[in-house]
Amino acid sequence: MNIEVRQPLRAQKTRYGIVDCDIHPKLTYDEMRPYLSNQWWSHLQTYGLRPRHGFAKTYPMPKITPQAARRDAWPPTGGLPGSDLAFMQQQLLDFYDMDYGIMNPLSPTGQGDQNPDFSAAMAFASNEAQVARWTSREKRLKASVVVPYENPEASKAEIKRRAGNKDYAQVFMLSRTAEAHGRRRYWPIYEAAVEAGLPVGIHVFGYSGWAMTNSGWPSFYIEEMTEHATGQAAVVASMIFEGLFEQYRDLKVVLIESGFGWLPALGWRLDKHWERMRDEVPHVRRPPSEYIREHFWVSTQPMEEAEDPDHVMDAMRWIGFDRILFASDYPHWDFDDPFLALPPSLTEQQRQMIYAGNAKKLYGLG
Amino acid sequence: MTDIKPIDCDVHPSITDIRQLLPHLEDYWRDSVEERGIGSLESSSYPPNAPITARPDFRGKNGYAATTAEELGAQVFDRWGAGTAILNCLYGVQLVYNEDMARAFHRALNDWIAKEWLDRDPRLRASIIVPMQNIEYAVDEIERCARDQRFVQVMVLAMQETPLGRRHHWPIFAAAERHGLPIGIHAGSNYRNPVTSLGWPSHYVEDYTSQAQGFQSQVTSLITEGVFAKYPKLKIVLLESGVTWLPAFLWRFSKFWRGARTEIPWVDRSPSEIVRDNFRLTIQPFDGPSDPDDVERIIDHLRSDDMLLFSSDYPHWQFDGDERMPKGIPQGLRRKILVDNPLATYDRLNSARAGA
Repeated sequence: MNIEVRQPLRAQKTRYGIVDCDIHPKLTYDEMRPYLSNQWWSHLQTYGLRPRHGFAKTYPMPKITPQAARRDAWPPTGGLPGSDLAFMQQQLLDFYDMDYGIMNPLSPTGQGDQNPDFSAAMAFASNEAQVARWTSREKRLKASVVVPYENPEASKAEIKRRAGNKDYAQVFMLSRTAEAHGRRRYWPIYEAAVEAGLPVGIHVFGYSGWAMTNSGWPSFYIEEMTEHATGQAAVVASMIFEGLFEQYRDLKVVLIESGFGWLPALGWRLDKHWERMRDEVPHVRRPPSEYIREHFWVSTQPMEEAEDPDHVMDAMRWIGFDRILFASDYPHWDFDDPFLALPPSLTEQQRQMIYAGNAKKLYGLG
Repeated sequence: MTDIKPIDCDVHPSITDIRQLLPHLEDYWRDSVEERGIGSLESSSYPPNAPITARPDFRGKNGYAATTAEELGAQVFDRWGAGTAILNCLYGVQLVYNEDMARAFHRALNDWIAKEWLDRDPRLRASIIVPMQNIEYAVDEIERCARDQRFVQVMVLAMQETPLGRRHHWPIFAAAERHGLPIGIHAGSNYRNPVTSLGWPSHYVEDYTSQAQGFQSQVTSLITEGVFAKYPKLKIVLLESGVTWLPAFLWRFSKFWRGARTEIPWVDRSPSEIVRDNFRLTIQPFDGPSDPDDVERIIDHLRSDDMLLFSSDYPHWQFDGDERMPKGIPQGLRRKILVDNPLATYDRLNSARAGA
């Protein structure tokens, strides 16, 4: 998955429009500073980010490359990968002739911080900075409404503040929350998202305060990466069994950077055991796989690679070709190249849907 | 299934009261049970009255499924025609916090299984239940029970205090490999961690369905930590794990291994290959799609005919009627699943047959 350093070529015309549903701009403190009060700026300087793990300056599992980035994604002008718009345009948007890109900013956005008010302040600043520094300068890019999800009322207010602004494509949460996503405490977020007509994107990572597996802490980054599918399985199960989709019938959820191969088997398992124990969850009126089929979208990256490529096609068919969104994960090391990532046996129509059609419909783009 | 005698690799004896263990406890612990009023240890992984715990028509008047070897045999051997069945007792001794109490209850439980079940029906085999609360005690218990050839496997729960591959667990794998015993990982938790990485869910159905994620974490841990580089002959059996999650899980895991294998250089081949060589799964629950053609596709995704082992999961309510094999399993695989694969997995079933 580590790609060779690639010389910048002239823009290449693709036969398909591409909407990249997972681009990571690196917001900097300088960009966020104008939108933080003096109090929170001082707090950030003094105490820093305090996610629900023990490291003050780094992550529990060291990444496999610096900043988990492609080795060629460091901007020639300096700064971190994903921090320079011109370089992102050159290396991604222009190089692949993309129609749109959905930005999903990760740290230092303060999501899941132990201090709920600080988290709200950082989310506000992240959302202001995405527009001021990115979408206002590049119309192909769309922002995500970063919400301080452990502070649901502030999240709701943040979504209302952005509602109707076409610069924002979705509400943005991380997968590892302090309670599973279906729990009632988070419902104000979903209510506001539905009212604003925005899908909710749930991107892997974040720190829940619980171990990364239900058997405690693993040792390796490879385990953390593999576990993102188990975390997302818990997200999906929780949202369904809490009855979320009976309450919010228009709610749309996008599962980002978790691949998709695991989803069909999860649906079969939930269906089987729901049938057996549905008296415990009478508010869940239909088989779980029906809620999955109606309410969930998946992004492709990291693209599933079976030993037999036809097996990936089976998984896509079971999910539905209309629910799969192309994503590159630029500028990260496990970036999927739009020219190479999709299975060759997709039909032209399926390819068009996955590259752009599904995303344009879901996000209401062009 | 009329011409061959299947080997049922996952059946569950029911214990109704902690008092059944009293004859097998040392005086101190027998007194403690009485004087402290230590309650019965059923695990909330299987609430006694929940539908999954026992199919309604398997429950007797007392609400329990088979509480004796005779009752279990009437269903598993007489009605379903199995030739051999492996008992995996799910009484919640793994949840106990006091290490010494845990050791006492594990010993008592294994002795109870030997005396009240194995002694009463020669077609029964059993797993050694081991106290993971203390690894030295766990190894001692393997050594103590392994002398009895009717114990064919070491059994631990899917959700542990720390991932199973962690190096402090390795003396257990060494002991298991030394005695030719597979490690059976059975659905269940000791509840040292919430059953999801996002905390405690609201409903039991989430608890049960999250077992599949626990199994995935254990497979990942056992391989990444290098257990099979150190113990290449060790076999792992996933019991009541569900099956259909495995192929796509291996795509993902093997892809990250290819991309980030410098982190674990002792893993010198793809996790998919290691799983096909060292892991086996019982077939109930299968958790498959409703269309038998899709079931056949999923079987194809496994890319191995050797991995599936027959099980009824008696008395858990996984199916109705008597058809224990999921619809869509190819005809040509049936004999392997019913007999050949179990015999290739459990060395001690072969020696027991030879000696019988």
